[in-house]
Amino acid sequence: MGLPGDEELVARLRARDEAAFALVLDSWSPGLLRLARSFVSTGESAAEVVQDTWLAVIKGIDGFEGRSSLKTWVFRILVNTAKRRGKREYRTIPASDLGPTVDPAKFGGPGDPFPGHWLELPAPWPGPDQAALDGEVRAQVSAALADLPERQRVVLTLRDVEGYDSAEVCAILEISAANQRVLLHRARAFVRGKLDAYFTDEEVAR
Amino acid sequence: MNCEQFVEQVTAFLDGVMDPAAERRFVDHLAECDGCGTYLDQVRATVRTLGDLPPENLPPEARESLLAAFRRTDV
Ligand SMILES: [Zn+2]
Repeated sequence: MGLPGDEELVARLRARDEAAFALVLDSWSPGLLRLARSFVSTGESAAEVVQDTWLAVIKGIDGFEGRSSLKTWVFRILVNTAKRRGKREYRTIPASDLGPTVDPAKFGGPGDPFPGHWLELPAPWPGPDQAALDGEVRAQVSAALADLPERQRVVLTLRDVEGYDSAEVCAILEISAANQRVLLHRARAFVRGKLDAYFTDEEVAR
Repeated sequence: MNCEQFVEQVTAFLDGVMDPAAERRFVDHLAECDGCGTYLDQVRATVRTLGDLPPENLPPEARESLLAAFRRTDV
């Protein structure tokens, strides 16, 4: 769906053009809902966070300064709204977010012939093309996403579910590129591990 | 580079933010190691599946009340 450029959008929103508001509301609400869900546990409160966000956008659009894109500004309002609810802080990486992302037991130790190499190679996942992953796999991924620590879930949602690039995610969450990468890396490794366990178990079951 | 180091560099590699020397070591390892090739493919497949999750929409009543709120605010 093609949205007009920011300059035109902002001008139309300030002129209280309802069609323009409906356009951004419908284009961005699915992404906002998903992001809200990564902060709050129920669909109901996620919808509330999104509604509060849009109300803040309506109130604040005249003061929008254009230092970020309009969409980034709206997403940032959502993050702040959601954080205010939970009084959360995103700036630093806790110690639990450091350390290896793949179980060290999967690699050879110092005494092994190939230290630091896979003891057993990861088995390729089924399917002629790994892109062709079915609904059940998607359900596994959703469940894994829900199991992640919140900060990792928020970054993974923005990067991989919503498709933002690293600079945009840093702008929305106001974190450094390095922090962003650590969180993304851990989150991806976790979800990949869950999928791997799912495929491995399935193979055993067959 | 060994496999244990490789798996920690995957995100930096996919984001294209490794320095050239480290990236070369990463690619050299990839060329030599089937296990890490599989691992990288699996991370890519994971990212694709995440991007494939179905969107959710705002409840119609919420949408209506937001449009009404927009209408109510005068310049
Ligand atoms: Zn390897």
